[in-house]
Amino acid sequence: MAGILLDATIYLVAAVILVPICTRFGLGSVLGYLIAGVLIGPILGLVGQETQDLQHIAEFGVVMMLFLIGLELEPRALWDMRMRLLGLGGLQVGLTAALIGAACMAMGLQWSVSIAIGLTFALSSTAIVMQSLAEKKLDKTEGGRASFSILLFQDIAVIPMLALLPLLALPMVMGTGLEADIAHGADAAHGAADAAHGADASHGPSLNLTEGMPGWAYGLTVLAAVGVVVGGGMYLTRPLFRFIARSGLREMFTATALFIVIGIALLMTLVGLSPALGTFLAGVVLANSEYRHELEADIEPFKGLLLGLFFITVGAGIDFEVLTADWMLIGGLVAALIGAKAAVLMVLAFVFKLRGRNRWLMALSLAQAGEFGFVLISFNVQNNVIPADLVPVLSLVVALSMLITPLLFILYERVFHNKFAEGDDDREADEIDQRGTTIIAGHGRFGQIVHRVLAASGYEIVVLEHRSEFVDNMTKFGVKTFYGDATRPDLLHAAGLHNAKQFVAAIDDKEQITELVKHVRRERPDIHIVARAIDRHHVYQLYAAGANDIIRETFDSAVRAARSALEGLGEHPFEAEKAVRFFVKHDRETLVKLAAAWREGESVWDNPEYLAIARSQTDLMEQTMRNDRETARDNAMDRAWMPPDKRPEEEVDED
Amino acid sequence: MSLIEDNTAPRRVLILAAHPAPRRSFAGRAMRKAAREVEGVTFADLYAEYPRGDINADAEQARLEAHDAIIFLHPFFWYSTPAILKEWQDIVLEHGWAYGHDGNALSGKLFFSALTAGGPEEAYQPEGYNHFPVRTLLSPLEQTADLCGMVYLPPFAFFSAGHAHEDNRINEHVAEWKGLLMALRDHTLDIETARALPRLDGQLKPLTGEK
Repeated sequence: MAGILLDATIYLVAAVILVPICTRFGLGSVLGYLIAGVLIGPILGLVGQETQDLQHIAEFGVVMMLFLIGLELEPRALWDMRMRLLGLGGLQVGLTAALIGAACMAMGLQWSVSIAIGLTFALSSTAIVMQSLAEKKLDKTEGGRASFSILLFQDIAVIPMLALLPLLALPMVMGTGLEADIAHGADAAHGAADAAHGADASHGPSLNLTEGMPGWAYGLTVLAAVGVVVGGGMYLTRPLFRFIARSGLREMFTATALFIVIGIALLMTLVGLSPALGTFLAGVVLANSEYRHELEADIEPFKGLLLGLFFITVGAGIDFEVLTADWMLIGGLVAALIGAKAAVLMVLAFVFKLRGRNRWLMALSLAQAGEFGFVLISFNVQNNVIPADLVPVLSLVVALSMLITPLLFILYERVFHNKFAEGDDDREADEIDQRGTTIIAGHGRFGQIVHRVLAASGYEIVVLEHRSEFVDNMTKFGVKTFYGDATRPDLLHAAGLHNAKQFVAAIDDKEQITELVKHVRRERPDIHIVARAIDRHHVYQLYAAGANDIIRETFDSAVRAARSALEGLGEHPFEAEKAVRFFVKHDRETLVKLAAAWREGESVWDNPEYLAIARSQTDLMEQTMRNDRETARDNAMDRAWMPPDKRPEEEVDED
Repeated sequence: MSLIEDNTAPRRVLILAAHPAPRRSFAGRAMRKAAREVEGVTFADLYAEYPRGDINADAEQARLEAHDAIIFLHPFFWYSTPAILKEWQDIVLEHGWAYGHDGNALSGKLFFSALTAGGPEEAYQPEGYNHFPVRTLLSPLEQTADLCGMVYLPPFAFFSAGHAHEDNRINEHVAEWKGLLMALRDHTLDIETARALPRLDGQLKPLTGEK
C-alpha cells in the first residue's frame, strides 16, 4: 500500500511542479508532463519498470480523448470530412510507410522488417497532437482539422495493420516456439483490441469473442457491435440520463459517463475492434444529445489525468543507456524520421491545397511517431516480424520523436504562425465568428424568452438547464437545451465559457445568480454578462459582482401593466407610453443614486441615507408627473412638443 | 364643375392624424373631433394606434387600398410632419407597391395635408421670417405623392394656432374643414382647379361653386 502511495506521490509531485512551470513559459502542458517523466525516470531513477504497465492503463486516456473529440463532432461534420479522412489520411500512411520502409531497406534491413517499421512509424501521436492543438486553440483551424483527419484515419488503419503485420513474420525465427499460438487473422484482431486498450496480452484470448469465428460471422459480430453503440447512443442514453438526473446525485452522472466509455471499450475489445474508435463513434452519436456538456464535464478530468500520466510514462520510459551508447545513430534516426514525415506531410498539404501557416501546422504537428508505435513494436516482436534486438532503438526513436513534438509546436507558434498569417485570414475570421456564442444559464420562463429571441435572430446559443423534465419538454418543442447545473464551473467550461462571447444568467435562485455572475466574471474579465435580478437589492449585488446588464425580472412587465392601466382609464395610448417612459427613466436614475447609499448586508430600513434618497426621489417623480398634467409648463415629459406660447414669458419669441 | 361625376360612389376619405402630445393640441383637437363626425370619413390616430412606433405595413397598405382620398392631419413641426408620419411613409410606401415597377396601388388617389401652424400666415412668404409658402415647404410630400401617382392637392392650413380662439377663427376653420371633407366625399370639389392653388383653406366656396 505504502509503495503505491509513494509512486502516486512521486508522479503527482513531478506533474504538479513541472506542468505549471512549462505552461507558464508557454511551452504547453505536454512538454511539462514529458519532462516530469524524464526527470523521475531516467534522470532521478525514482520510478522504474512499472511505468510500462502504467502506460497501458494511461493509454485509456486516449480512448476518453477520442470520446470527447467525438462529442464535439456532429455526424454531419464527420461525413463532410470523409474526403480528407480517406484521401489525406490514406496517402499520409501509405507514402510515409513507403518512404521509411525504403530507407530501412537502404540501410540493409530485410523488406518485411522494413515494411513493419514503415507502418509503425507512419502513425502519429493522437494524444500529444490533439492535446497540443486544443491547448493552443489551433484545433479549429484548417491545419488543425486536416491533422485531426489524418489522426482519425491512423486510428482506423491500426486495425488492418494488426491483422496483416503477422503475415510478414520472419521465416528464420518462425517455429522457435516463442509465440507459436499467434499469427492467425482472428488473433490479429484480438491483438488490435489489446493494443488499443492496452490490456495485458495475457487477457486477450479469453476476452475475444470472435476468436475462431468464420469470416462472415466475424463481420456480422462487428456490425452488431457498432449497431449497439450507435443504437444505444441514439435511443438508450436519453432515458438512462433522465433516470439518473432524477436521483439528483452528481456522482451518479460521473459513474454513468465512465460506464458508457468503459462499457463501449469493453464491447469493442470483445469483438476485436479499437476501443478508441468505438468511443469516438459513441461520442459522435451523442454529439447532438442534450446531455453532451454534462458528459464532457464528467469525463474531462479523467481524460486529463490519464493523458498526463501517459505523457509521464513516455518520458520515464526513455532509455538513457541506449541513447548514450549510440547517441549519434539515435539522434540521426530521430531527425530522419521527423524530416521524412514532415516532408510527406508538406507534399500532401500542397496537394490538398492547405495554405500558408496551415500547411506548416500540419507538417510539424504530425511529424512524430505515436503511442500506437509502442504497441505495434511489441506486437511485431511477439509475432516475429521484427527481431527483438531492434526494439530498444525503435522504442527510443518513438519516445524521442514524441518528446520533440512540443518543441515543434513551439517552433510553429514562434516562427510560422505569424509569418504566414495573411494566407488564410478570411477563413479564420469566419471561424471566430462562429464562436460568438451566448451561453444561457437557466431555461425557465426567463431564459426561454432570451433564447427564443437570440435563436430566431440566428445566433449560436448554448442553453444549460438543470431540471431534466424541462430539457425533455424543450426538446419536444425542438429547442436545443443541454442538461446540467450551470453553477458548476466544470460544466460551464465544457459548455464553452472560455470562448463564449456572452453569458446570460437566467436561473431562478437569487444567491446562485450572484455567485454565478461572480464566477463568470472571474473566469472571463472580458465577457458580456446579462443578469436576471430578482429585486432592487439584487441589482446592487449583481452590479458589485460585475454584471454588465442587470434586468429586474418583473419590472418591465409591471411597467407594461401600469401602461395598460393608464390606457384603461382612457388616457391616449401615446400619453400613457410617455408616462411610463418617464417613470422608467426616473426609476433608473433613482436606482443609481440608491446604489451608492446601499450597503451589503445592511437592511435599507436601518439606512437613513438610503431612505432619504428614496423618499425625495418619489416626491420628485410625483411632482413632475402631476405638474405636467396641471400646469403644462417646464415639464420633463413633453418638452419637445410644447407650443411656444405656453412657455414661460422670457422664452417666447416672435413665432 | 367638370369633375362632378353623378353616377360614381362617394369617395372614401381616410384621415391619418398625428400629434405626439394631444393634450397640448388646441386647434388640432377641434379638427380631429370634427373629422370624426363626418359620415363616410375614416379617422386614424397614428400615435394612438402605434404608441411604440411599430407601424404595421400590411394593415396600413390595406387601409390605403380601401380609400380614395388620403389626408395627413398634423401640426406643422419644423416645416414638416411629426416623426410618426415620416416613419409611416418610410414603412408603408414600399417599392413595388406604392411606386416603382408594378407599384401603382395608390395611383389616382387624392392626397393632401391638413396642418396647424404656430406662426402667422404672413410669415410664410418671401418677406416673412419663414421665407417660403407652406406649399413650397411641403414639396417633399408633394413629390412623394407624385411618385406614387397620386393626385396632390395643396395644403389646408391653419395659422397662428396658439391664438385659435381669437375672433372665432377656429370655428370658422373647422366648419370649412368639415365642408371640405364632405365635398371630397360627394365629388363636389373642383379638383382640377384646386390642384393649381397655393392652399386649400379659404377656397371651399369657389371650389364647390357656392356663392
